Amino acid sequence: MGWKRVKASLPPGRYYFSGNEAVAEGAITAGCRFYAGYPITPSSEIMERMARRLGEIGGIFIQMEDEIGSIAAVIGASWAGAKAITATSGPGFSLMMENIGYAAFTETPCVIVDIQRAGPATGQATRVGSGDIMQAKWGSHGDYEIIALSPWSVQEMYDQTIQAFNLAERYRVPTFILGDEAVGHLRENLEVKRWSRVFDRKKSKGRTPFDSKNPREIPPMPAFGEGERILVTGSTHDGMGIRRTDDPDVHARLVRRINEKILLNKGDIIDTERFFIDDAVVAVLCYGFTARSSLSAIKELREEGYKVGLMRLKTLWPFPHKQVAGLSERVKSIFIPEMNRGQVAGEAMKSSRCEVVSFCQTNGEIIPPEVIRKQLMRLV
Amino acid sequence: MVRAMEEYLRPGIPTTPFCPGCGHGILLGLILRAIHESSIDMREMLFVSGIGCAAWIPSPHFDADTLHTTHGRAIAFATGAKLYNPKLRVMVISGDGDLSSIGGNHLIHAARRDIDLKVICANNMIYGMTGGQVAATTPQGSITSTTPFGNPERPFDLCRLVEGAGGRYVARYSVTQPLTLMECIKKSLSCEGFSFIEVISPCITHFGSKNLLESAPKIIQWAMEKCIPREEAEGLSREELEGKIVTGEWGNVEASRG
Repeated sequence: MGWKRVKASLPPGRYYFSGNEAVAEGAITAGCRFYAGYPITPSSEIMERMARRLGEIGGIFIQMEDEIGSIAAVIGASWAGAKAITATSGPGFSLMMENIGYAAFTETPCVIVDIQRAGPATGQATRVGSGDIMQAKWGSHGDYEIIALSPWSVQEMYDQTIQAFNLAERYRVPTFILGDEAVGHLRENLEVKRWSRVFDRKKSKGRTPFDSKNPREIPPMPAFGEGERILVTGSTHDGMGIRRTDDPDVHARLVRRINEKILLNKGDIIDTERFFIDDAVVAVLCYGFTARSSLSAIKELREEGYKVGLMRLKTLWPFPHKQVAGLSERVKSIFIPEMNRGQVAGEAMKSSRCEVVSFCQTNGEIIPPEVIRKQLMRLV
Repeated sequence: MVRAMEEYLRPGIPTTPFCPGCGHGILLGLILRAIHESSIDMREMLFVSGIGCAAWIPSPHFDADTLHTTHGRAIAFATGAKLYNPKLRVMVISGDGDLSSIGGNHLIHAARRDIDLKVICANNMIYGMTGGQVAATTPQGSITSTTPFGNPERPFDLCRLVEGAGGRYVARYSVTQPLTLMECIKKSLSCEGFSFIEVISPCITHFGSKNLLESAPKIIQWAMEKCIPREEAEGLSREELEGKIVTGEWGNVEASRG
């Protein structure tokens, strides 16, 4: 229970992996022993590697009949004590939404990897996009908070998968890895360290599993089969899990708590990375694969003497409003390139105090550095 | 006997929410008696249910681990829990709409996988909790909130569906046959593999009131007249079987019928 140091799933060293393969290894290092999923491009390599790896180490793998069943099995396994994961892409992500809300409301730790492709609908199944950012936050009905991470490299697909499990277990919340086709299929070096820090959910016999006095505190989570006679329900419930579907105070308290337990811990959850920000006049705010193109453009412009910088959002949800506000006080303009119609730009505008310039590209292609460079030249 | 069953009920839960005349209370008692007579420790049990009246049979009444899930998905949740902790004895208790309509895909796939789940489908032949809309199990011609001129569609034969999908032990009886039903539940508890028991538990509030069966004795009488044993049904023509509910045991392993 709590933090511990574990050995990596592979011998330490350098591996030439795809992003999707790195997710599978990160999951196993984090202690994940349950995968349920349904095939979908461009995420299937995660499932295929998990099928083999979990078979080798005595974990549980099941290919379910659809994505609704996959996330349901993941939640069921989580309550049976598992660190559990599923991976999918847009259409499957859409199908999972009802049960994601269930996981948020029942405070079930689980990791959901969305390797985003060009939507909407079937769209371009093999092409890149990042159109699921808002869906990750708002896809299920009602008000709830989740955590979403945004990896930009094969290394980060591995590291953030471990981190996603740690966050899911610590905060008892569905945690997303919002990858994309480009980072999922990217192949590059992965450095596997011998040791990793992982967090195991806290247990405490007889304690209330669905309430805490301090809104920042996460209640302990028992597992089925431990004699705790747990009541889990997606209906409004009190601290012991008993349905209270006509009590306004119980509902208000529960909804407030599942939101505040994330928002009040933002400081511990949110992670951003800054490049050349100190004297920047224009900053690129970016995430995922687009941050690679952006950094490449920024480095070139710096060499030419332009005062441009970059802030990369490693956490997308809860949204780093404080960091964006801070950035907006230092620079003249914030430029936000995205492979969607401005989903993060819209969110950033809520906290930004300077000009926000949104650049959208939804053609199933990555945004190349020269496009970002050209756009930035207009702002500097 | 009554006092002895109290240890199976969660303390502090005052009454069941079921309407007077509903069969679900009988089923609730039969499940607990079957567990009691099978000498199974409730701490080994996990009860999983979906959404609807029948989903409230275990949650919160049973003093054991219970997982009250989303509509139609109980079997998929149960699959995850059972696979990760095979020591759990996992029973799914839900309604006909939940298990066979919105959740029909999970039902047939769990039967195909022969995963060790004990599924009890309380079939009230209607959507009870939402106000009496037609279900995939409503008899043809019946009046419901959404078939004011009579149900034009044929109902599922759930037992044949599950048997066809590979269910190991399959049975159907009515709450009017409590002792037989309890024996079936005991068999399902001792069966390793996928078992499915369809329990005819007519809805007096919505099905009965719209179909001239507005009192408990009337609807119970109706169920008793509708049900005929499988052996008897085998000698009847298709016309003679029209509107009958065939009770008995099915399944894919002879030994499981024992």
